[in-house]
Amino acid sequence: MKVVYTDVLVIGGGLAGLRTAVGVRRRGLDVLVLSLVPAKRSHSVAAQGGMQASLGNSAMGAGDNEDIHFEDTVRGSDWGADQRVVRMFVNTAPKAIRELAAWGVPWSRVARGSRESVVNAEKITISEAADAHGLITARDFGGTKKWRTCYTSDGTGHTMLYALGDQTIAQGIPVLERQEALALLHEGDRCHGAVVRDLITGELIAYVAKATTIATGGYGRIYKVSTNAIICEGTGIALALETGVATLGNMEAVQFHPTAIITAGILTTEGCRGDGGVLRDVDGHRFMPDYEPEKKELASRDVVSRRMTEHMRKGKGVPSRYGDHLWLDITGLGRAHIEKNLREVKEICEYFLGIDPVEQWIPVRPTQHYSMGGIRTDHTGQSPTLKGLFSCGESACWDLHGFNRLGGNSVAETVVSGMIVAEFVADYCETEGGELSIGTGLVREFLERERQRLDALLHGTGGESATALRESMETVMMDKVGIFRTGEELEAAVRELQDLLRRSRNITLRTKAPGANPELVAAYRVQKMLKIALCVAQGALLRTESRGAHFREDYAQRNDRDWLKRTLATWENDSDDLPTIRYEEIPVTDMELPPGFRGYGTRNHVDHPDTEARVAEVEKTLAEIPEADRFARQRALMDYESLLPEKYRGRNERLTERL
Amino acid sequence: MSTQMQARPADAAVTRRLKIHVLRYNPQDPASKPHLEVFEVDEAPSMTLFVALNDIRDRQDPSLQFDFVCRAGICGSCAMLINGRPGLACRTLTSGLGERITLAPLPFFELIGDLSVNTGKWMRGMSERLEAWIHSSSEVDLRRLEERMEPELAEQIYELERCIECGCCLAACGTARMRPDFVGAVGLNRIARLRLDPRDQRTDADYYELIGDDDGVFGCMSLLGCQDVCPKNLDLQTQIAYMRRKMLRAAVFPGS
Repeated sequence: MKVVYTDVLVIGGGLAGLRTAVGVRRRGLDVLVLSLVPAKRSHSVAAQGGMQASLGNSAMGAGDNEDIHFEDTVRGSDWGADQRVVRMFVNTAPKAIRELAAWGVPWSRVARGSRESVVNAEKITISEAADAHGLITARDFGGTKKWRTCYTSDGTGHTMLYALGDQTIAQGIPVLERQEALALLHEGDRCHGAVVRDLITGELIAYVAKATTIATGGYGRIYKVSTNAIICEGTGIALALETGVATLGNMEAVQFHPTAIITAGILTTEGCRGDGGVLRDVDGHRFMPDYEPEKKELASRDVVSRRMTEHMRKGKGVPSRYGDHLWLDITGLGRAHIEKNLREVKEICEYFLGIDPVEQWIPVRPTQHYSMGGIRTDHTGQSPTLKGLFSCGESACWDLHGFNRLGGNSVAETVVSGMIVAEFVADYCETEGGELSIGTGLVREFLERERQRLDALLHGTGGESATALRESMETVMMDKVGIFRTGEELEAAVRELQDLLRRSRNITLRTKAPGANPELVAAYRVQKMLKIALCVAQGALLRTESRGAHFREDYAQRNDRDWLKRTLATWENDSDDLPTIRYEEIPVTDMELPPGFRGYGTRNHVDHPDTEARVAEVEKTLAEIPEADRFARQRALMDYESLLPEKYRGRNERLTERL
Repeated sequence: MSTQMQARPADAAVTRRLKIHVLRYNPQDPASKPHLEVFEVDEAPSMTLFVALNDIRDRQDPSLQFDFVCRAGICGSCAMLINGRPGLACRTLTSGLGERITLAPLPFFELIGDLSVNTGKWMRGMSERLEAWIHSSSEVDLRRLEERMEPELAEQIYELERCIECGCCLAACGTARMRPDFVGAVGLNRIARLRLDPRDQRTDADYYELIGDDDGVFGCMSLLGCQDVCPKNLDLQTQIAYMRRKMLRAAVFPGS
């Protein structure tokens, strides 16, 4: 029996996991990171476009601050977000970007003087102030009032991941590559680590830890076409689900990105539209202004994706052998800009489509992109039901994004949540409750259980194929749990997924090797993925309203009266065929920004009974302090600062707000 | 304005049946011997080696080992020898290759099995050896404005930062054949990138300690293989030549 002891076990080597590891290491704790792949190959690397932080350095971002970032994020979430978490996030994002700057990220900088740019398909001149020269600049992204998305050309995620990967190495933190957690060690309401399989040798190892943090990204790969890396299968989130104790939040909230290239589903960044690119239909007509006169191509992603699909349904898509698509036109931006700031896009077009986007339009369509749902945690990143289990980044639902995430907020969330959660993980380890308290008997029991599960798969004779089950699941999710949803289709989806889940208990493998065995890996992963898929489909079926990225054609209204709540899913017994779904209220009475119209999309919602009173209360509170500055006004409405770790409290300096 | 996707050979021609020869060997299995195995795959439009290899694994041999992560040419996982030349399999369209395709694992790195090699382990070791991170003793107050940087300098640093550690440069390197501890173009480029960055407070004398020998910048024979195969088209030879000059200077005129 191989057992490894550590203070903190981090599962996942992307930005969120690495930042957590660095944070707890700086607090003097022992930490190990497990990763399916070398850390610098994690999906974080794919974030081309940028990271939102309200620095307000560039001319088009002038006047930006935490308040505006907060409002944009809450509106983007369609009021599903936890507003205290949003406040914690927007106040820490500038600190995160400045930390990364110190660690070597070559953020693109403001250059003083005038330059040509493209906004709303027209050339404009932007003049940058001399005193902003050399500070971190920003570009435009959807759903934001200011240009707030900081970037390094088109390699933001890459440069962030390399800087953080290097910090991890500098701190001497072991990253154990090609290691896959199969189950969490837990007893009662306490998590003690994980049972892990070495993907090269097949060896099972128990990692026993005071605190375990899951930072394994999203679950895009349960869909047939996704922009996600192929390792984003949701199996990390399934570890929490399979305890039967931890809960998953808002799993039905799945984002589709408007512009992935057809066939391969590879993303072209939102920076294309942020920098002035437009969407065109089969007639070459720029159609987004017809639907969204104000934000046009830069409404939030859920809105743009739905408008595109709506337009294609009207017969305005471009037919191709792979189905209909639309055009992304960035030819107006010019060669110099594209080859510098959108080079990754150009390479993708050249290699995967054989076209030059400087001259030709790019065939795109909405494609699964982001998982707002994940392991439900409180604002500290800890599961409210399974102590010692933490989660951050895309795999968590602490709930920054509600039902739709803004572009540039996810890569920001990875590092911000890593910074914050690391402090709470370290605090937890230093408390009495955080002491290791697990007997070897329990470890042996879990190791034995996992060994038996693997043996059962290796010797299974039921005749089912993991590949076939997986392909069926992907098709069901794509066809029936996509951008537009109906009760009828969702019912069928749940039924079909349940059938697939039952069949997944009867897989037969052709390769019996106990060590490196891709077929065995596919088999145990598809069992986990089907449970995740069922959480998404069942959550979507029961939520009879439309909110953010969750859109029901048969319930097109956002219904705050009945549905201003967060979906919680648990998987109570391993033999169950469905998750158990419960809800928690999102209280209106303590919201800083009470629910209203988002400002884009369709104005169509039913108010919560408490909304009117809260709106009046907010107005009254602010009217009583007409002289107060923006910080005092914010404080009067909702407290969040006391929730932040002490080291991340405090204001952020700007050119116009000196400390 | 052209609104038509260019027709590629695979779209126009009759479907080809590809004969994909894969060098197979599983070091974990004592009975395994290195051998070439041929898989036949019907070519599909826009088929990449990522699609072809997954098709083989899904429909023909579930034991086949290979590594893909992003499948978009940005993570560096899938470097292998494609008809003898190091390259990223995920963004290689089969339409650009003949009917007979030979795939072999990247040389130089530890073999995990079939087409899967342990580049991650080597890269981590290289980073540790070269202390390839920003060395700074300045305390940063995260609440304050960030340090300024000239916009052009940020762009120059990013140019060198674009390396994805895929390992192609080492697979194509003559020195690496003879010197197993050679840090390769990937390591030298990394030091060039850090040297350019004012946030890294080390001097040329410090860098000399790390790369001023035959396992470092003086091991390079300027065969240019690294530059020929770099999937990101990094100007590796210029960087190596520049670093060699700087390191020579650091050796001859210490303290200058």
